[in-house]
Amino acid sequence: MNISLLAASVLVLAVLGFFIGRKRAVRAVHGNFAELNSLPAHHGTYVAVWCGLPAAIILVIGAFLSDTIIEAFLINSLPTAQDLSEGELGLLVNDIKNLAIGDIVAREVDPGLQAAANRYSALQTTTFMSLVVVTLVVAIAGLLASQRFITPMFRARENVERVIRVLLIASSTLAIFTTAGIVLSLLFEALRFFNLVPFTEFLFGLEWSPQTALREDQVGSSGAFGAIPLFAGTFLITLIAMIVAAPIGLMSAIYLSEYAPYKVRSSVKPLLEILAGIPTVVYGFFAALTVAPFLRDFGTAMGLEVSSESALAAGVVMGIMIIPFVSSLSDDVINAVPQSLRDGAFALGATQSETIKQVILPAALPGIVGSIMLAISRAVGETMIVVMAAGLAANLTANPLESVTTVTVQIVTLLVGDQEFDSAKTLAAFALGLTMFCVTLSLNVIALHVVQKYREQYD
Amino acid sequence: MTDIAHVQRLHFTSPGTKARLRRRRAAEARFRAYGIVAIVVSIAFLVILFGTIFSNAYTALEQTHLRLKVTFDASRIDPQNTGDLEVIRTGDFGGIVKAALRERFPEVTGRRDKRRLYAIVSPGAVFDIQESVIADPTLIGTSQALWVIASDDVDMLMKGFIPRDVPESDRRLNDKQIAWVDTLIADNHIEKRFNTRFFTAGDSREPELAGIWGAVVGTFFTMVVTVALAFPIGVATAVYMQEFAPKNRWTDLIEVNINNLAAVPSIVFGLLGLAVFLNVAHLPRSAPVVGGMVLALMTLPTIIIAGRAALGAVPPSIREAALGIGASRMQATFHHVLPLAMPGILSGTIIGMARALGETAPLLMIGMVAFIVDIPKGPFDPATVLPVQVFLWADSPERAFVERLSAAIVVLLMFLVLMNGAAVYLRKKFERRW
Repeated sequence: MNISLLAASVLVLAVLGFFIGRKRAVRAVHGNFAELNSLPAHHGTYVAVWCGLPAAIILVIGAFLSDTIIEAFLINSLPTAQDLSEGELGLLVNDIKNLAIGDIVAREVDPGLQAAANRYSALQTTTFMSLVVVTLVVAIAGLLASQRFITPMFRARENVERVIRVLLIASSTLAIFTTAGIVLSLLFEALRFFNLVPFTEFLFGLEWSPQTALREDQVGSSGAFGAIPLFAGTFLITLIAMIVAAPIGLMSAIYLSEYAPYKVRSSVKPLLEILAGIPTVVYGFFAALTVAPFLRDFGTAMGLEVSSESALAAGVVMGIMIIPFVSSLSDDVINAVPQSLRDGAFALGATQSETIKQVILPAALPGIVGSIMLAISRAVGETMIVVMAAGLAANLTANPLESVTTVTVQIVTLLVGDQEFDSAKTLAAFALGLTMFCVTLSLNVIALHVVQKYREQYD
Repeated sequence: MTDIAHVQRLHFTSPGTKARLRRRRAAEARFRAYGIVAIVVSIAFLVILFGTIFSNAYTALEQTHLRLKVTFDASRIDPQNTGDLEVIRTGDFGGIVKAALRERFPEVTGRRDKRRLYAIVSPGAVFDIQESVIADPTLIGTSQALWVIASDDVDMLMKGFIPRDVPESDRRLNDKQIAWVDTLIADNHIEKRFNTRFFTAGDSREPELAGIWGAVVGTFFTMVVTVALAFPIGVATAVYMQEFAPKNRWTDLIEVNINNLAAVPSIVFGLLGLAVFLNVAHLPRSAPVVGGMVLALMTLPTIIIAGRAALGAVPPSIREAALGIGASRMQATFHHVLPLAMPGILSGTIIGMARALGETAPLLMIGMVAFIVDIPKGPFDPATVLPVQVFLWADSPERAFVERLSAAIVVLLMFLVLMNGAAVYLRKKFERRW
């Protein structure tokens, strides 16, 4: 018997409870529905909820906690547990678990280890059996107890609806929990990082080389965690992306909303939206294997030294990706400018381009700024293009032909692969993540505020 | 009066006015041209992007095979003639392939040359022959002409990606190897066949043996977990926020949170998954279940926002009619409003899923980048997904991976097109204008 079988039996019991409850309700009024306060199905659901919900909650909590409980019992029962460091203890526990399920064990199997493994298996069985017993007892108790409430005047519908309402509210708070989870996990790990590396060094240091020493006396072991080169690299690539995306996106939006006939507009707009739907890894591939070699060869032909991981390649491709963000948001904003403004300008004899440049764009400016800020926040947080096309070495340079690295690239390189979780190296990724989260969040908040305020102006 | 008319006539036809008008019209034409250029440039980018991918991808549909006369030497496979499959499994099939190659090219001597000769056949050929013998042990002792899979370098040569006219040291294949391939070509003993392995195999270090099926299955499990979590929670949230929530600080807070989560960079969700699901909850690394949970959190805002828009588009008269004949608010919502809003919610969900399908960065954080050969059997097995597979192959130096990853991208894009098409269809077919 395993967890999924247990969950299935709870489900079966709940379904059974539904039919029992419905039947009892019908029988309570001898088939005369009009005498029931609630529909028979509500009585059925009431029984099913009482049978299934508490049992399901116990099941989920039990499944999550059982491993921790078993481990705590196991460590308590080990005679040598107090003498071991945390890491050694972890390895020992891992070996015991592996031995218990018959996997490869990293050390000599002595009788003590075997006994511990047996104890572990026994603990596992006991814990699981008690979980099964508790869950099923709760389910059956709920099934039996709730039936006693079924009388013709029982307000089953209101009770059931109250439960559903609680479930709805619980779902909607998940958004808050997610935000809180993001902020807390980033903050918690970043604080641990700032215990190891001073906050000012991280924020203002000019050198980034995240090595940590394996031994105390290692040469060049002291890692440098100055994030300025990363911020500069991110800024450079974002800037290149915006130089590509802002004019193209804005001009496309102006043409589509002001000049293009309906037919062109309705076929070109979805085409531009396709650019936003392409997975970023595809852009990364395009940047790394097509654009970067092309720029390098082109640069060599022009007598320029272009790195094969140049900021230019990553920036240009990122700009292409961002075009639709700028264009569709600006399009909305331009369309929201009232027609009377255009008519007024035309009446004064302005040409269409003069109307756009001197009337519509100034009127739409806050919204356009907002859309460009949203696009910037998208570019700052973009990961795959830069991971695949930008470099790893932290160069502090403003030359777009050289290789730079970005915040997201460093987060990925620091965290991909198996790493101990308490070194400054991995924690640095969380500090970077926190910085990026703060920057993108404030950009978004400001941009949304600007766009919203602007919308209200013409509503 | 006549004076003014005279002045104006002069004014409109004066050379200065004409020049100004020309300038203004030229500026108008220029501005319009900028707009057209901008659109042409973005569409050109789109065309180049797709062109690059498709032109790289189509060659992956074929894989080069060599025809070799293989002798299933009993002394190498089953010397004691036991007929036991376990014994056969441990037979020296590598030796059989090598012997077949030596027999085909008897003129090759010298260890270095022999090693180069063996390199024109993929290591996978050995397993193929092993499997065919296990499937049919009567082959032992016979001699068969078989098509075996060629190495990736030979494959690249046959597809024209290894140029023959560069110096020998700049090529992955040397002159002798090319000469052997040429004899095979002359004898018609080498041909390109449909690459079924690409669609049925898991990942491999050898490009000619690598396939996308493992990643497709991993993607499937991940998406199932994502839908199973994000859809009910997203719909419940949308229903609560749109139909029941009182207007107060708490619901404002939820709303602000949802809007902000929609704009959080995806990699941050990966960091959340790493810190909470892996390090606190100790869920398995590289498992689709964790990937699905992270992607569900990421997709939730999309579903909620689409769901609220769809629910808001249902006219109040529907609710009022239901309430008027005695339904409770819950019944009015779940029996009438929600079913009417379902097409909109579903198409929003599909679009959210399409975004999740193409997402790579958060999955890198929770270890779904591991090199996994086996096809996952459930959401708790280590797995990878299609976009991550593309990323992994893009990191490999072999030229043959380029066509395979392009083909994987094409498969990914096809799924995306299907999903977006389904969303558009749902919207067009079922959405009502009130």
